[in-house]
Amino acid sequence: MSQLAIQRLKQLLRPEQLLLRSEQLAAYQSDGLTAFHQTPLAVAVPETNVEVIALVRLCHEEKLPFVARGSGTSLSGGSLPVAGGIIIAMNRLNRILKIDPVNRIAVVESGVINTAVSVAAAPHGLYYAPDPSSQTICTIGGNVAFNSGGAHCLKYGMTANHVLGIKAVLATGEVVEWGGASRETVGPDWCGLFTGNEGLFGIALEITLQLLPKAECFHTVLAGYKSLEEAGDAVSAVIASGLLPGAMEIMDALALEAAVAAVHAEYPAGAEAVLIVELEGPREVVAEDRKRLDAIIAASKPIEARPARDANERMAIWKGRKSAFSAVGRLSPDFIVQDGVVPRRKLGEALRRIGEMSRETGIRVANVFHAGDGNLHPLILFNGRIPGDLDRAEALAGRILKMCVEMGGSLTGEHGLGMEKRDYLPDMFSADEIDCMTRIRAAFDPLGIANPGKMFPGPEAPALMQHGLHPLEKAGVISRE
Amino acid sequence: MNTTLTPANTADLVEAVRSTPRLIAVGSRTKPRLSAVNAVRLSTARLTGIVEYEPSEFTFTALAGTPLREIADTLAAQGQYLPFDPMFVARGATLGGTVASGVSGPGRFRFGGLRDFILAVQFVDGAGRLLRMGGKVVKNAAGFDLPKFFVGSLGRFGVLTEVTFKVFPRHTSRLTLMLEAKAPEFATQILSQAASARWELDALDWLPEANHIAARLVGPTEALDALAEEILNRFPGEKLTTEVADEQWNSLNEFEWAKVSKADDAKSESSLLLKMPTTPDTCASLRRTLEDFGGRVLVSSGGNVVFASLPLNADVTTVDAKLRGLKVPCLTLRGNAPLWLGARHDFKIAAAVKHALDAENRFPSLEECD
Repeated sequence: MSQLAIQRLKQLLRPEQLLLRSEQLAAYQSDGLTAFHQTPLAVAVPETNVEVIALVRLCHEEKLPFVARGSGTSLSGGSLPVAGGIIIAMNRLNRILKIDPVNRIAVVESGVINTAVSVAAAPHGLYYAPDPSSQTICTIGGNVAFNSGGAHCLKYGMTANHVLGIKAVLATGEVVEWGGASRETVGPDWCGLFTGNEGLFGIALEITLQLLPKAECFHTVLAGYKSLEEAGDAVSAVIASGLLPGAMEIMDALALEAAVAAVHAEYPAGAEAVLIVELEGPREVVAEDRKRLDAIIAASKPIEARPARDANERMAIWKGRKSAFSAVGRLSPDFIVQDGVVPRRKLGEALRRIGEMSRETGIRVANVFHAGDGNLHPLILFNGRIPGDLDRAEALAGRILKMCVEMGGSLTGEHGLGMEKRDYLPDMFSADEIDCMTRIRAAFDPLGIANPGKMFPGPEAPALMQHGLHPLEKAGVISRE
Repeated sequence: MNTTLTPANTADLVEAVRSTPRLIAVGSRTKPRLSAVNAVRLSTARLTGIVEYEPSEFTFTALAGTPLREIADTLAAQGQYLPFDPMFVARGATLGGTVASGVSGPGRFRFGGLRDFILAVQFVDGAGRLLRMGGKVVKNAAGFDLPKFFVGSLGRFGVLTEVTFKVFPRHTSRLTLMLEAKAPEFATQILSQAASARWELDALDWLPEANHIAARLVGPTEALDALAEEILNRFPGEKLTTEVADEQWNSLNEFEWAKVSKADDAKSESSLLLKMPTTPDTCASLRRTLEDFGGRVLVSSGGNVVFASLPLNADVTTVDAKLRGLKVPCLTLRGNAPLWLGARHDFKIAAAVKHALDAENRFPSLEECD
């Protein structure tokens, strides 16, 4: 059957659009979750939406599994290939079709890079808000598939909150268009349902995004504390004050050590935790809010608080934060990133318990997290060359996930379930609820050909294990949220 | 079928769904057209109350029949609010009905509409199963986003029993400016320019009255005067007193303006009330089209949504054709017009998802209306 499918693919695409040789396929074996890899049957590289639609219809007719892939930065194994299936690589569909400053929207193809939208919108004083740490390389199509987050979700929401319209080809081959240039709709929110489908419904072809006016003014403070708990207390005080910062991030001692090693970030001496808080808005508003914030931070008794004095200092603060994950690669040959969510008031308890689990198991865990929205990012360090180390790390990751759900939180704040967390779905949802989601998936994809083996626990197991940083990560090209 | 069931609690509601072959959930019926369909009504009137509210989490969970008034008051006591700015609050709108109708108020301009603040739903599907989707924390990416799908779904895919929302701290003060455009084309210019400016307006509505645009600033008191001065240097207009401004916004939230004559009660079916998505660059022509039918029109959220009040005897066939020509979809909230007017899409997936959630057609389909 696969030979017939390849024959049909050859008829559909030019030879250079179809990768079949093993050395070509090797580049697509893995994504941001490097612990898994699988070789696809072929990689198709469409250049037009017409070709994408034809590919999906071919897959439907041939019952051929397909995985749409942007830049392959998924941390949950969302774009991991399926054995016997093809990869549809969306990277060449990278045209920004429209920047409309009057309606404050952008219309883009799926393969457009996240930051490219803001770059194109900048001459109009506009930007695209969602900012996953991989934003310089990840694609909007992938962001839509996984409802990606970033550091500004408490105030601005996730990808879904910025998607106004979607043209997509569903796994049945049907082409749909929902929403459009307006920020409002009537009828059920189909764009909302599609966003975050993890590639199980079909492939987005064109996406209409809302753009926001760029904030005129920022006030970014970095404060060092003697303990994680004190940093957490400062976050609680900010929340209680009624301020609504654009971002609140915390890094623990191990993450700080990594950032110092990787990008030569400088942090207050003796700090066991660093808090970053950012206000934004019109200068008059920031000037007033800043007085309140500075008073709150001063009252929280940091070792030192450093407000960024200019745009360069602000960028340096964010560089240290956004590089923290890949920087951890300098401390350990391998690590797993979790992204469970806990209610914010339980952050202190969650971190204490993670610390206890770390000591109990002897596995080092670094913490970098979105403190404003309770989204944890424990980095579980291990060495894949030591037999059993990966298994122990995964067992610890599983305990942390279960703890998040028990505390009333979520398995994932922004990375998605993908391959990595699919087995934990029953910890968060009942059998009936999973059945309901399965039925919805079947409505979009009755044959189960779109990214099978992801999100739902099941036997469709793909993959071998490997270890180490993604090659692009080692090169410093990408970083993890 | 004018039967109304009023279950006392969620368990009774589940039982009522299981034992009734054809039904539709209703709240306090402030948007009566949405449930005007031949089916047993399942009232959420007794499913009221806030189940969880932790101000430091910026979230609350409440039963679907909870009046928004109760929620707004509870949040206000903690200095918080629902940024999507719910409508018909004073008239008794419920949380569940507001989700099912998908209607947001002028305040949606700044941070987004109802869809941007809903986090989780508990609902009964067509098979009579009580299900929860989404997560009760402000950030969650686990599972399909059915909470968003239920926004605007008109109760045709399940009965909502409980909803979780994200909330925000309420700004310290607010200041409203009434801007005046000389002509409709200037009105759209003001909408577009003000929306892109550095001021970060909280609301921006082109009122039914001539060419008046209400612009709301929120934030620290000390900052607002300086911002207001800059805006009034750019566009002609004036500051409103707090009392006048509150009355103005309240009139919009309660659709007070949507009366055909002064004597009408805005709740009675004295006019058609329609909702349409639009865009800043097309809202003026849509407004003119609707005014030609004798309508009063509110262009809300910086030109992204139009609410129109048309006389009951308006020629809806022609309205429908005009809206189709403009490619504008339209939902009738009140009055005896078809539920849907204007542009529609007809994708096979809609029926497939309906079947997934309600295989037995226990709830009327989106197309069905009396």
